[in-house]
Amino acid sequence: MIPLVYFIFLSAFLFCVGIYGALTRRNVIGILVSIELILNAANINLVAFNKYLGTPDGMGQVFSLFVIAIAAAASVVGLILIIAIYRDRKALFTDGFTLMKE
Amino acid sequence: MNIAHYIPLFPFLAFVINIFMGRRLKVASAYVSIAACVLAFIFSLLVFQGFSAGQGSYSLGTWLVINGKSLNFGVIVDPLTIMMLLIVTFIGCFILIYSIGYMHDDPRFSRYFAYISLFMSSMLGLVLADNFILLLIFWEGVGLCSYLLIAFWYERPAAAAAGLKAFITTRIGDTGFLVGILILFFACGTFHFTDLKSVTGPESLLTLAAILIFTGAMGKSAQFPLHVWLPDAMEGPTAVSALIHAATMVAAGVYLVARCFPLFSAHPMALQTVAVIGGISALMAATIATVNNDIKRVLAYSTISQLGLMMLGLGVGGLSAGTFHLMTHAFFKALLFLCAGSVIHAVGTQDIQKMGGLLSKMKITGATFCIGTLALAGVPPFAGFWSKDEILLTAWNNHHPILFVVALLTSFLTAFYMARLIFLVLFGSARSQLHAHESPLTMTIPLMVLSVFAAFAGFIGAPIKEVGMEAHGGSFLIMAISTVVSLTGLGLAYLLYIRRIVLIPVSSVSGLHNLLVNKYYIDEIYDYVLIKPCLRLCQGSFVFDAKIVDGLVNAMASITQFFSGLLRKTQTGLIQNYLFVQILSLVLLLIWLLKI
Repeated sequence: MIPLVYFIFLSAFLFCVGIYGALTRRNVIGILVSIELILNAANINLVAFNKYLGTPDGMGQVFSLFVIAIAAAASVVGLILIIAIYRDRKALFTDGFTLMKE
Repeated sequence: MNIAHYIPLFPFLAFVINIFMGRRLKVASAYVSIAACVLAFIFSLLVFQGFSAGQGSYSLGTWLVINGKSLNFGVIVDPLTIMMLLIVTFIGCFILIYSIGYMHDDPRFSRYFAYISLFMSSMLGLVLADNFILLLIFWEGVGLCSYLLIAFWYERPAAAAAGLKAFITTRIGDTGFLVGILILFFACGTFHFTDLKSVTGPESLLTLAAILIFTGAMGKSAQFPLHVWLPDAMEGPTAVSALIHAATMVAAGVYLVARCFPLFSAHPMALQTVAVIGGISALMAATIATVNNDIKRVLAYSTISQLGLMMLGLGVGGLSAGTFHLMTHAFFKALLFLCAGSVIHAVGTQDIQKMGGLLSKMKITGATFCIGTLALAGVPPFAGFWSKDEILLTAWNNHHPILFVVALLTSFLTAFYMARLIFLVLFGSARSQLHAHESPLTMTIPLMVLSVFAAFAGFIGAPIKEVGMEAHGGSFLIMAISTVVSLTGLGLAYLLYIRRIVLIPVSSVSGLHNLLVNKYYIDEIYDYVLIKPCLRLCQGSFVFDAKIVDGLVNAMASITQFFSGLLRKTQTGLIQNYLFVQILSLVLLLIWLLKI
């Protein structure tokens, strides 16, 4: 059986990639993708801990399903906003949105 | 029946009507004012009748109570007030009638009548007030209206400046007046005129109060050194000048001194001040009038001079003499100003050197002008003779030889400059192309009526005179001297301006001539001593305000702006930066919590 620490390392790696992406990408779609990575890192953790701690009713798996559903909904809202901004400003990069800045 | 307090309300009502509905009323606004004035005159007569039947002062109620002493909305009814009421309403009526003709094509016709009504209302209230505070309120009202009317043609810079000058100059006197009232209250705790007979208090304080009250009168009655506004006030409409000079504005100062006479007569120092200031004003203004070439300004200086004579009369102890001259002067000065207005209306200039020979073209104006002149010059039996004689007599009897000579010299100069005025305006030949014509009836009828009074008003006081003659043997002599002096003045002017005999070449007295033409340089002295330093102070204050006060505020703003500018750098508007700080803080927090 694959030791738990492998999963944790994988999820930590994914989380760091996600954070790095969210902090450095200027493209809003890239940021959205990075946030998905962060969420999935959390999902891996949930599923792995569920398996190793042996919770009988599969609580961790249910939670990760919740996260996936909510992430999908969040992506939809995020994409809608991105499209709306794009239509208005013709820009996909965060440093292009300077309307509130003087 | 106490009806005296209704008198000022009529003109005030006319003011309200004219100010709000003047545009719709147009010419009718004049009739509103005249009707109000006639009603006020009728009520004044009723008050006079009531007074003869034994009715006197009364109070409408308590206004406020200070230290247990009440201040009333009181109305004073005595011969002095009744005389003033009758003069203001009677002369006011004719000036209003005259104004219909004089102002007929003015765009602010109804506004003019509104102001005049307010002016009369204030003056009537002033003479009816029975305490200083109430009087002061109307006093300020008179000052305000004089400002509004002198600057009535405010499109002309000179008129606007003259209005301001009148307001500020009288305001200087008013400040003294207010301080005087407060000192009087401090010294003896009363604001009421009726208490003045029996006031007791520290001698020096009461003298100071009386002199300060007199400064108020100096401002209003244009006495030296606060006389400078009156000649400039000639920028207003001539009918206004007539009203100011005869009944409303300048009379207020003399009225005030007469009203407070018990206070003055109890303190010789104060009385002496009144007499000396009056004497200086009388002589100074009369000398200036002898060289001035503006028909209205000559009359204005003559007013200062005559007011000085009234003050002199009051100052030497002649209450009846001063007020009697106030009354006769009101008639003939109103007449003279209205005549001058009629002349200006006809020829369109105020320079008497350009006029001449107008008597043949303007018979009514010319004849009434002559009557006014004779009255002012003090030729018997015209009004001015009796009242001036009264003043001379009082000065002589009360042993003021210097003031007597001053008064005599003033009457000589008065006769001289008035004769010069009419000789240059009415007689001789025209010195420039003038298309003179007689003025309309609305203007000439007031002239005729007033000239009757200017001629005969002196006889109202004549009975008093007869009593005086029995008491004082020197009276006939003084009458004779005064007559001779007046006639000498007239004769000298005749020689100089009709026969054109050069007694002394002007060049030999050019220094004196310049001094007089420049009005003793008083305006220049004020400009140099008061106005220039004041303006410099203002400029300094302005710089202080702009640089120091504003500078401090601006510095505060700049400092705030500088530091907020530093902080603003953190607000990049980039979500990733915020996120980075968030995660960094989270990591640091975790490190701290886990004690790694």
